Amino acid sequence: MASAPSKLYADDVSLLVVLLDTNPFFWSSFSFPFSKFLSHVLTFLNSILVLNQFNQVVVIATGCNSCDYIYDSSMATSPSIESGSMPALCSDLLQKLEEFVTRDEHLGKQDSLGPTTSSLLSGSLSMALCYIQRVFRSGPLHPQPRILCLQASSDGPEQYVAIMNAIFSAQRSMVPIDSCYIGSNNSAFLQQASYITGGVYQKPQQLDGLFQYLLTVFATDLHSRTFLQLPKSVGVDFRASCFCHKKTIDMGSICSVCLSIFCKHHKKCSTCGSVFGQAHSDVASVSNLKRKTPET
Amino acid sequence: MNNGDGKRVNGEAEEDDDEDEGNGGGLDAWERAYADERSWEALQEDESGLLRPIDTNTLYHAQYRRRIRSLSSLATTARIQKGLIRYLCIVVDLSKAAAEMDFRPSRMVVVAKHVEAFIREFFDQNPLSQLGLVTIKDGVAHCLTDLGGSPESHVKALMGKLECSGESSLQNALDLVHGYLNQIPSYGHREVLVLYSALSTCDPGDIMETIQKCKKSKIRCSVIGLSAEIFICKHLCQETGGSYSVALDEVHFKELLLEHAPPPPAIAEFAIANLIKMGFPQRAAESSIAICSCHKEAKVGGGYTCPRCKARVCELPTECRICGLTLISSPHLARSYHHLFPIVPFDEVSPSLLNDPHNRLPRSCFGCQQSLLNPGNKPSLRVACPKCKQHFCLDCDIYIHESLHNCPGCESFRHSKSAIASEE
Repeated sequence: MASAPSKLYADDVSLLVVLLDTNPFFWSSFSFPFSKFLSHVLTFLNSILVLNQFNQVVVIATGCNSCDYIYDSSMATSPSIESGSMPALCSDLLQKLEEFVTRDEHLGKQDSLGPTTSSLLSGSLSMALCYIQRVFRSGPLHPQPRILCLQASSDGPEQYVAIMNAIFSAQRSMVPIDSCYIGSNNSAFLQQASYITGGVYQKPQQLDGLFQYLLTVFATDLHSRTFLQLPKSVGVDFRASCFCHKKTIDMGSICSVCLSIFCKHHKKCSTCGSVFGQAHSDVASVSNLKRKTPET
Repeated sequence: MNNGDGKRVNGEAEEDDDEDEGNGGGLDAWERAYADERSWEALQEDESGLLRPIDTNTLYHAQYRRRIRSLSSLATTARIQKGLIRYLCIVVDLSKAAAEMDFRPSRMVVVAKHVEAFIREFFDQNPLSQLGLVTIKDGVAHCLTDLGGSPESHVKALMGKLECSGESSLQNALDLVHGYLNQIPSYGHREVLVLYSALSTCDPGDIMETIQKCKKSKIRCSVIGLSAEIFICKHLCQETGGSYSVALDEVHFKELLLEHAPPPPAIAEFAIANLIKMGFPQRAAESSIAICSCHKEAKVGGGYTCPRCKARVCELPTECRICGLTLISSPHLARSYHHLFPIVPFDEVSPSLLNDPHNRLPRSCFGCQQSLLNPGNKPSLRVACPKCKQHFCLDCDIYIHESLHNCPGCESFRHSKSAIASEE
C-alpha cells in the first residue's frame, strides 16, 4: 500500500505533540527507570524549543486509565517563575505529570476489572489530532504539526479500530506520526501508524543514549526530512488476524457484510449473523454486532 | 451607530465601483472583497433594523447538526446495514448541454474536476470497491473505463477526452451499465450515479422497460442534475431506491457529489452475503528481484507477493493477474470499520445549563483545549458526548464526526469503556 503523499514545507517551524506513556505497570518492572527516561525527554523538549523560537511543544500523558494534557509551550508562564536550578518548562511539566499520575492511579483503584498492561494510546492520539486541527484553523501562518509517540507498553488489541481511525485521519490531514518504541517486542500498531502517515518508527537499541536517538532522528523538522537520511521502515507486517483463532493468516475469507476475517469456511458469520449463500434478512440484525477486533 | 454602519458600507461600495473601473485587472485584496466576494451579502438585519454580520461559524455548525440528526434518525430506527463492497458506475453526460456556461468555465469542466475529487474520496472510503466510467455523447453511451480499483487509471481516462456534442440518451446509458453490472459477483452492491446536464433524453425504445430491468437486477440508480428537475430522472430514482438531487451552483454540486462517497444504506435483500477469499500479501524484502506482473518487467525491492501463486504485484488493493485472488492489507479493511461502528452524535448542551451560575461547566474543550468561554467569562455554545459526558467545541464536533470517528473522551477513560462493554 502506498505511504502518505508528501507535502512541500516552506520553513522549519514545527509543532511537536509528544504522547508520553506513563503506564506504571510497565515502568515499575522495567530496567531503565522512569526518572532517567524523563530527564532524557525533558532535555529533548528543551532542545526543540531552542532550535527555532517559534517552535511549539505540547505534551499529552497516556495513562492506564485516562489521558490528559500535561504541557503546552504556547501557554507557558513567564520564565521568571523558575524554581532554583530547573527552568520553567521542567517544573511546570513535572508538577502536572505528578498530579496526572496520582489521578490516574486513583481512577485505577475504582475500576474492578483488575490490572491492565496497555495504555490508552487511542485516547491520546485522538486528543492530539483535535489539537492539531485547532492549529490548522488558526490561520495561514501556523507551525507544521507532527506527533511523536513515546510508547513503552505493548499494544492493546481492543484499541485496534480506534487507533486505525486516528491513523487514517492523520493521513488525510498529512500529519506524520513518529514512534519511538521502548518496550520489548516491536509494536505492530505504531509500525503501521508510521508507515501509513509517512513518519519514522524506531526502537532504540541502547536506552542510555535515548537523548541521542531523540535529537538526531525525532527532532528533525518536516522540511529538513527531504534531505536527511532517517531510519527506513523494514518489515511492516500488514497481515490480518482471523477473528476465530486470532492467528495471523496469509489468506482468509471475508464476510461481505461486516468484513470479519475467518481462516476456514463457515456457514454463518459469527459477528453479524448473516447466513452465507442466502440474501440476509432483518432477523440477523445489527444488534448482534459485537465489537470484535483482530489482534495484529 | 447603525446608520453610520449602513452608510459606510454603501459609501465604500460606491467608491469601489469607481476604483474598479479605473483599475481594471489587478485588484487588491480589499477590492476583491467587494468585486468577487460580495461582502455586503454577509450582512443581515436583525429585528430592529440594526446591521450585523452573519455568524458563519454557528450557521455552518447548525447546518451540520441538521444533517447529522437526519442521518442518525434513519440509522437508529431502522437498523440499516451498509453496502460496503460497492460496484459503482459513474455516467457523465457529454451532450451539447454540457457545454453550457452557467457553471464556470463550462458544465463539462466543472463535472470533470469534481468527479476526479470524488474518485479519490470514493477509494479512500471504500477500498474494497470498484468504479467504472461511462459517457453519453451523440446519443450513444461509451464505456470509458472498465470496473476497476485503481483511481489513477480512471482519472487519466476522464481527463483525456473531454468533448461534448449531440443529444443525450438515458436509456442507452442504463442499458450499457446494466450489461456491465450483471457480470459482477452476487455479494457486491450495484450502483449507478448519473451526472445529467441535459433537459431531455432521446431514446431508441421504451425507457420504462429499461427502468424495470434495472429494478429487477437490483441496481440502485441515483442522479445529480445540473439543469432542472426532470420527471424521468425522478421516476428512475424512485423506482430503484436511489437519490435524486439538482445542483444549484458549483459548491452545492460538489457537496451533493461527495455525499455519494460514503456507503449508502443497503437494502437487505439486494446483495447475498458471501465469504470472499482474499489474500494478505507480505511486503517483499528490499533487495529481492522479481518480475512484476502488472508492468511485465524486472523490479528490485518493494512490491508484494501473492500468497497463492507467489507473483509479485506493485500496489494494493488489487487482483492478482495470475490467479485472480483479491489482495488487500488489513488497514484497507480497517478503513471501513468506522461505517460498522459509528460514534453517536453529540448533544448540544442546553442554554439553561449554560446560563445557570451554579453549574461548574468545563472551561475548555476536552479535545483541543480551546477556551469555551465567551469574552466576559460567560460559557459559550458547546456539545457533550452522551457516553462520557465530556464537553467539546463546535469545530471538534465536526472534525470528530466527519474525519476522526473516535470520541476522545470515550477513548481516554478506561472505566467508561468497561461500562459500555457491560451494557452490551
